[in-house]
Amino acid sequence: MSGWLLRRGLQAVVVLAIALTILFFLMRAAPGDPLARASESRPLSTAELAALRARYGLDQPAAAQFVAFLGGLLHGDLGVSIEYGRPVTGLLAERLPATLLLGGSVLLLNFTVGLWLGVRQALRRGRAEDRWLTAISLVGYATPSFWLGLVLAWLVGIKLRLLPAAGMQDPLLSFDASFTVRVVDVLRHLVLPVMTLSIVSIAATMRYQRTAMLEILSLPFMVTARAKGLPEREVIWRHGWRNALFPVITLFGLWLPILVTGSVFVEAVFAWPGLGSLAAAAVWGRDYPVLMGASMLVAALVVAGGFITDVAYALLDPRVRLA
Amino acid sequence: MLREAWTKPQGRAGALLLLVLLASAMIGPWFLPDPLAQPDILAGSLPPGLGHPFGTDQLNRDILARVVAGARVSLSVAVLAVGLSATIGTAVGLVSGYWGGVVDVGLMRLVEGALAVPRLFLLLLVLAVWERIPLPALILMIGATGWFATSRLVRGEVLRLREEAYVRASEALGARRRHVILRHLLPNTLGPLLVAATLGIGDVILLEAGLSFLGLGVQPPTPSWGSMVLDSKEVLVSAPWAGIFPGLAIVITVLSANLFGDALRDAVDPRSA
Repeated sequence: MSGWLLRRGLQAVVVLAIALTILFFLMRAAPGDPLARASESRPLSTAELAALRARYGLDQPAAAQFVAFLGGLLHGDLGVSIEYGRPVTGLLAERLPATLLLGGSVLLLNFTVGLWLGVRQALRRGRAEDRWLTAISLVGYATPSFWLGLVLAWLVGIKLRLLPAAGMQDPLLSFDASFTVRVVDVLRHLVLPVMTLSIVSIAATMRYQRTAMLEILSLPFMVTARAKGLPEREVIWRHGWRNALFPVITLFGLWLPILVTGSVFVEAVFAWPGLGSLAAAAVWGRDYPVLMGASMLVAALVVAGGFITDVAYALLDPRVRLA
Repeated sequence: MLREAWTKPQGRAGALLLLVLLASAMIGPWFLPDPLAQPDILAGSLPPGLGHPFGTDQLNRDILARVVAGARVSLSVAVLAVGLSATIGTAVGLVSGYWGGVVDVGLMRLVEGALAVPRLFLLLLVLAVWERIPLPALILMIGATGWFATSRLVRGEVLRLREEAYVRASEALGARRRHVILRHLLPNTLGPLLVAATLGIGDVILLEAGLSFLGLGVQPPTPSWGSMVLDSKEVLVSAPWAGIFPGLAIVITVLSANLFGDALRDAVDPRSA
């Protein structure tokens, strides 16, 4: 196991290194100067521009830039935001908790409700409920998150006034509000973004679980379990579902990029103060260092997600390690 | 294969919807007001009614006309970008799978690294430095960032196929590499490739809409569904119809492409049904 783990870990590091190299050369290869756009939102003097160029090493040749970029990376230095004038690392760290709260909630919902619905579908294969759930999840999958977010904000937030349509906290909340009041306030703000992201992403979990469960249901040991006289609940959940969970684990790694992409739009629509809205604002403000930093963090998250998925899989299914 | 996909109700529904969309995108503009018509700011946005079935936006432009014009843009961007991705992906996959060795390892490591960054972020990084993004450049960039998964798919198929008896026989008879690749390997990868491309259309439409929503996609005044939703944000309360219809257009188009793609996949690989 430890040999396998080491090899898999090394592989993850190599993949991340390649991803970061690609990002660096992508930035270099793009036509135009990152700072030319920055000077559009705020007039910069020639001296300022030259200083910024030197600050980001844009006056150096590509190879020297790459070395400086790697050196900075090793020290956790991702440059300085043009918009905020602060280190990018600090900005990212500030925004990470809100995104983790949003992403974690969606993850929880997808991997509970989504899996449960998938199993239900498999048990009722071909019947009306199965077909309806498939249709609904396909429509969700085809829906752009930014549009669904706007529609929900308009309908639930503005028309019905049921839930707040923007932000993470009520700005009018008094300073001496109790902890419970604050938590409830954040949770109320969380509902709409989580709903939006879940609706557009739950289809994948449902489909995977449905397929995996169908495959298990057709295996002989399920017949044995029933023949032993086990209660149906035990047959389905203890014997069937436990085994149908393996393929779904792999989904976690595949699903992370979808979640990160969706959170850019959903956070932008609901003004959720996370990484996604930071990236969207960086696009609008042409804040290149922030955009670059966010992309690198996302790449690291995706690689880590893939690694964790593989490790979890290997822990649960020893055959993987031996393969 | 196409016929088989057609016999499935979902496949037929998807194909028919796509055809209707294509037809309306092609002939619709002949019957509808000019989507770029002289904007009238004072008139404000009109709710859906007789003259304007989908209403008008805040510049008093007919939304139906803009949705139809947007279909033209979205569909052509999607088809061209997916075509480009499929071509690059196939070429890389064939080379990587058939040559093997260092070439294979190098290419696949590159693909793995590229897949670690979600496509949206790759595109944001490339597109954010442009002053105004020309449409051909947008198509090129979307196409150039979409081939990674395809190349893996084709490579996998090639690895499987090259062990097949007829491929080995052809090699034993002294066939050239070019002959083996073009005559034996390529035609046999077309099935899975077509499925991936059809499903890719939906992804690209969503991606282009998202980029346009962030202001990095199709540039105004050219109508695009994503930028129409973006514009409607300002009038969310007073004129919700301005955003609802372009969004519905996205949902319907992506859904029909995915339905058709799913039916195609079931036809190619019956196990996945």
